[in-house]
Amino acid sequence: MRLSILDHGHGLATKALFRVIRLASGHPVLDIIKLVKYRADFYGKPMGAVTQEAMRGPSAWSVADRELMAAFVANVNACSFCTAAHSSVARQALGESTKVAAALQDLETAPIEEPLRATLRMLKKLSTEHSVQPDDMRALLAAGVSRAQIEDALAVALAFNTIARLADAFRFEMPTSAAMDAGAKFLLSRGYG
Amino acid sequence: MTDISAALRALSERLLEGGGHTSSAQRRAAFDGTGEPEHARALVSKISLHAHRVTDEDVQRALAAGLLEDQVFELAVCAAVGQASRQYDAARAALARACGEE
Repeated sequence: MRLSILDHGHGLATKALFRVIRLASGHPVLDIIKLVKYRADFYGKPMGAVTQEAMRGPSAWSVADRELMAAFVANVNACSFCTAAHSSVARQALGESTKVAAALQDLETAPIEEPLRATLRMLKKLSTEHSVQPDDMRALLAAGVSRAQIEDALAVALAFNTIARLADAFRFEMPTSAAMDAGAKFLLSRGYG
Repeated sequence: MTDISAALRALSERLLEGGGHTSSAQRRAAFDGTGEPEHARALVSKISLHAHRVTDEDVQRALAAGLLEDQVFELAVCAAVGQASRQYDAARAALARACGEE
């Protein structure tokens, strides 16, 4: 990472936790964990509350749908770490891998439901152009996406438009696939809080 | 539906009004995408608009100009949360208008 404090600046208790994680998982501690545990009162803890509600709070979107949205937003932001991480979570939540890869490769032909496709289309525009218009939202509503679902998708985008920026700004190291899958398994079972 | 409003408000308040190695005004400027002090401006702008283009040299330049690592950390977090929040607010405003709440 580009800031040494994010690799080595944690307190003793957190360093002890990292040792436990390394021993229990058999993998290095992921850079996202190092970030959220560094001065956690400043960013990690309050951001964790936002992300937990967006990703695991009550919603008409499934956890798998929201993890796919996270991977998609990360991919639009060209964030390799977050795309890989949340693709893995989405694959594990779905129990299959073709939908996630297809949605990231070509949204228009991916084998996903139309409301989800329309929502991802809007999130792409929001994340690349930094805004959307009322007509974009009218198109979504006409596609059968409820207002509550749109609000929920925007919350996911908020979280990952933030996290992807930080992963790239601090240059998160890409772990092995096995380490990423282990982290994804943890996120799926334990959440973000 | 999910409700991130309270958590998002708490995050913003912590970033902008709590203690830190930078002043509240500097964090607010980073949150707004402008960047203050001046030697943080380029990095903040890049994180806000195209973070994947941030380079080692961008960060080194900010550090060489006198910023501490903790200051870069704080300003980067504020820049990222600020830009994502602006996008979120803009999209919610468009949704409200689409639902007839002009």
